[in-house]
Amino acid sequence: MAIIVDFGKCLHCGGCVGSCPQNAIYMNDYILEFNDNCNSCKRCVKLCPVAALRME
Amino acid sequence: MCEALPCGGIEDGVISVKTYNCDIVIVGAGPGGSMAAKFCAQAGLDTILIEKKAEVGAPLRCAEGVSKSWLSEVGIEPDRSWIAADMVGAVIKSPAGHEFRMDGRKTGEEIGYVLERHLFDKALARDAADAGAKIMMRTGCTGVIREGGKLVGIKANSMGEPIEIRAKCVVAADGYESQVARWAGVKTVPKMGDINSCIQYRMTNIDVEQEWCEFILGNDIAPGGYLWIFPKGNRSANVGIGIRGDRCNVPAAAKYYLDKWIAEDDRLNKGQILEVASGMVSTCPGLDSAIYDNLVLVGDAARIIDPITGGGICHACRTGMYAGKVLAECNEKNDFSKEALKPYERMWRNRMDDKIVRNWMAKEKMNSIEDKQMDEIIDILSDYDLKQLDVFGILKAIKDKFPDLVEEFADLI
Repeated sequence: MAIIVDFGKCLHCGGCVGSCPQNAIYMNDYILEFNDNCNSCKRCVKLCPVAALRME
Repeated sequence: MCEALPCGGIEDGVISVKTYNCDIVIVGAGPGGSMAAKFCAQAGLDTILIEKKAEVGAPLRCAEGVSKSWLSEVGIEPDRSWIAADMVGAVIKSPAGHEFRMDGRKTGEEIGYVLERHLFDKALARDAADAGAKIMMRTGCTGVIREGGKLVGIKANSMGEPIEIRAKCVVAADGYESQVARWAGVKTVPKMGDINSCIQYRMTNIDVEQEWCEFILGNDIAPGGYLWIFPKGNRSANVGIGIRGDRCNVPAAAKYYLDKWIAEDDRLNKGQILEVASGMVSTCPGLDSAIYDNLVLVGDAARIIDPITGGGICHACRTGMYAGKVLAECNEKNDFSKEALKPYERMWRNRMDDKIVRNWMAKEKMNSIEDKQMDEIIDILSDYDLKQLDVFGILKAIKDKFPDLVEEFADLI
């Protein structure tokens, strides 16, 4: 299972970064990166204001 | 003293990263970071302010509404260049459409401004630069550096190059993301019920009152949050919404509820969107501690924000100012330990903590109220002679009319 980012939807707001309990997301202006600490809790998927994240 | 040019390069065949040395490194050039940088630099501290983005104050992540009363407290002179509109009052609308108007003209109170954040933030960053702070754009923190357990600086990526910035103290002003503190081992992530997921459209060609900020409540309108319309002049406004994290039960909940409202509001549904902004905001009380050895957290990064409105610019500016002043004192004794930083913790708690805790409890209560009762409350408040046009004034009126609702935190009202 991994988080997939739809960059056509993402507004690069960083909301997912601040909401991730594992601190597994890093955003450098326009790129969202997930590291191995992601435990698939889906918090970011649920919170994203524009549904730019999904889990596959 | 900080070297104008970094050291580093290739020594004995080992590639070392560019290293900058300074007294204070501040991560994030929002209002909190810039205020901290200004007050540090003013006191003669060698200060580096880094900003991950390519432009200070953009892209927007804010509804841009502020009250006026605190600006003088932090030494900010209102400037037309960053004021989009002047508000005479605020109107709160209940789920069934009852209105409660807080009219500043009746009480002689100054209500607030709607800002141009991209210009406001730049003005504060400019003040920091004028005071002597160095600003590094497109420089994002990627971690902290510890030596023998002691925090001695940060790692960053600057214009695509890895760098290190070594400092006596790190100021985490990285907003909602609040990663610097987490890299340093501090838990900063709020629980789902203490997060609001937000989206906002800057709309034009709309027919909203241009001198009133509007707050619309309702469990089917903005579950666990509110919908706002903050006018920006020229028939335009920020139209946005916040949805409580544990009530985001449809995909893109914030966008879903905002689009639904706009489609049904005849003042808005012929409008056009000029800008789309999203973001999240914490609605918890401040962290248990905003100070650690060689580390200070300011503003949103410390979750120091009004939990009921989600407004945090004044909190960021105050905490930034307090941090700068206390760091200057710490530098005199060359002691940046948690113990030495305690005056900062005392200052922000004395000024804001009771209100933040009170408003967090009020938010929790508000989020538990059925629409029917909210209609009743707004209806009764609309005839109430409010003495003070803010959250405190509203809570005092509620304590008078609906004491049961606030009995758990009546001592704070």
